[in-house]
Amino acid sequence: MKHRKLALIGSVILAAAMVTGAFAGEAETLKIGLVCPISGNSAIAGKYITHGVDTAQAELGGKVTAKDGTEYNLEFIYMDNEAQEDKTVNVFQKLIEEEEVIAIVGPDMSKCALAAGPIAQNAGCPVVATFATNTAVTEVGDYIFRACFIDPFQGKMAANYIWGKGYKTTGIMYNNADAYPTGLVDAFKEVYEGLGGEIVAIEEYSGSDIKDYNVQLTKIASAEPEALFLPNLLGELGLQIQQARSAGLTCPIVCGDSADTPEVGEVAGEAVKGVGYVSAFSAESTADAAVAFVEKYTELNPDELPNSNAELAYEATMMVANAIENADEVTREGVRNALASIQDLELPSGKMTMAEDRNPIKGGVVMEYDEEGVSHFVEAVAAD
Amino acid sequence: MSGKRIIKSIYPALILVVLYVVITTLRSVKVLNGYYIQVLMFASINIIMTSSLNLVNGFTGQFCIGHAGFMSLGAYGASVITSMVFKNAPAGATIPVYLLGLFIGGCVAAFFGLLIGIPSLKLKGDYLAIVTLAFGEIVRALLRLMKPIGGARGMIGIPMISNLGWIFLFLGIVLYALRNLIYSPFGRAFIAIRDNEIAADAMGINTTFYKITSFVIAAFIAGLAGGLYAHVVGFIQPDSFSFTKSSDFLVYLYAGGSGSLTGSIVGATLLTILPEILRFLSEWRLVIYAIILVVVMIYRSEGLVGGKELPFLRITRKDLYGGTLPQASSAGGKEET
Repeated sequence: MKHRKLALIGSVILAAAMVTGAFAGEAETLKIGLVCPISGNSAIAGKYITHGVDTAQAELGGKVTAKDGTEYNLEFIYMDNEAQEDKTVNVFQKLIEEEEVIAIVGPDMSKCALAAGPIAQNAGCPVVATFATNTAVTEVGDYIFRACFIDPFQGKMAANYIWGKGYKTTGIMYNNADAYPTGLVDAFKEVYEGLGGEIVAIEEYSGSDIKDYNVQLTKIASAEPEALFLPNLLGELGLQIQQARSAGLTCPIVCGDSADTPEVGEVAGEAVKGVGYVSAFSAESTADAAVAFVEKYTELNPDELPNSNAELAYEATMMVANAIENADEVTREGVRNALASIQDLELPSGKMTMAEDRNPIKGGVVMEYDEEGVSHFVEAVAAD
Repeated sequence: MSGKRIIKSIYPALILVVLYVVITTLRSVKVLNGYYIQVLMFASINIIMTSSLNLVNGFTGQFCIGHAGFMSLGAYGASVITSMVFKNAPAGATIPVYLLGLFIGGCVAAFFGLLIGIPSLKLKGDYLAIVTLAFGEIVRALLRLMKPIGGARGMIGIPMISNLGWIFLFLGIVLYALRNLIYSPFGRAFIAIRDNEIAADAMGINTTFYKITSFVIAAFIAGLAGGLYAHVVGFIQPDSFSFTKSSDFLVYLYAGGSGSLTGSIVGATLLTILPEILRFLSEWRLVIYAIILVVVMIYRSEGLVGGKELPFLRITRKDLYGGTLPQASSAGGKEET
């Protein structure tokens, strides 16, 4: 009885697959993998990333036309990596070997990109990491690209901004357990001290599961810095900003690009007022591509504004789509070559050119939160 | 040793060889792709880790909850050997260097196992659990501070040498060694300590000695698994071996059934593969996974296998004594005072 039921279900599925297959038979389908944390600690980032890719998908209408005029349907396969390296490795294998994707968008974290990069490299499948800012990511091999700027540039932006505002002393508190904060701190120190600034207090903590930063913040407060640099992860920043204010640190606070999420303001409450951060993109940008992107995004997700996670996922997807359009042949290798030669592609964050080291040449922006927890554009920073 | 016993002792190895041949054949005819192989490799490494934890938690009755710490020591130890010390080794030396790395990784882990085992195994139950938890965190914090081996960013560019063949080989060796150890008179002392430490003590078993030994052996095996893992992924960082990882192994152990090697195999394999099978559920995946786990623990609180062993992982009295009753040779016999 059970077997008959199973057989029945099986044949129904088979028939359905055949029918849909017959209809979709006109154009060939290209699969693009998307790897991001849909569950786990970083699920907030995953939400924006999937929305960003949804937007790109809607804009492309699910289709691309290759150089030779053939039209391809695009199919996006979303994969959850739980922000863990070994899961990312599994997912990459699944996408490359089983789904036979032409390219992969993501992952968003450097550690995941570093772990899974060699797999894509060995299989010859192009990857455009969205938010993996660590320099080592694209050094894995010539199939690994990224859509974001790199940590040293971000640290430099923050240092220039703080120095430019006239703050001569800075305190830093950072998570020494993660490559992102350590990378930013190293670059920040180098540039800031090079400019003549002094880092008066530097405090560390380990891991994202810490919720109480009062010890470190009180120590920093006693050094009375003119500014505070918090280059930490999204889940940590809200509490840190709140606790910094109650520890008596009234100085301006500057964060890395992970602060670019409304959730930071929601956790920090009123304390978030005046907190600045460096970012890839501002939703207030007036460039045509940016306005169009924000419009499309808010149309699909009425209750939220895109942050840089969403925007970078969108840009990475558009880069892949652009590469498929311009590829000499629609293969993984062809797409890789086309990705490597992207020039002056119009994207929401401005015109982007792929450098020889597979890092995009693009600028950034400095943003600041108001008392409502909404961030506003302060200034644009040109590319190096 | 009779012919029958020899066959029995290499039985598990034969099963793995057969499995390996089947898998590689399926792989070559493209029924299985790299993804399945990858998941199988992780599952096998998890089996090694879970069996190692089983030796301490399941067979010796101690409670270690920082096992990922030993794994990380092994991973780093092995990776330092293969990708730093012998970085420029000639191509022919890759495998010997790899094996040396795995061995050294295991030794590093065993050494630290001894180091923390000596002072802490005098502790019992909950207290020991806290010490091992702290140990895992200390290792993680220390590794982050070591810039030459990557610090918080982790080590990159580790040669990806571990393949299914190597991992199956070590899995076979580990299971074989653990089975023979546990059912030897030496291993019986572990079980005696688990079942009743005071009684074991009264029988003349030096409980601290046996507890430390079991801990060190388990640490060695965990280090070995760490080395294998590092050479699968090619990238390790301290946070890969956080408390979450330790707790994963505890879940595999208790869901499979502690005190049973079969339980470790079943638990680690099922729970590594299950989240992958459930991928089609997308965001509901981990919810369903957790529900399955809860249901299993409610209906089979002794674990899926619960104290039973597969025939080839079981040694009966007959195997030990060839059918005759032992001549007053108890586990702690050598330590009579």
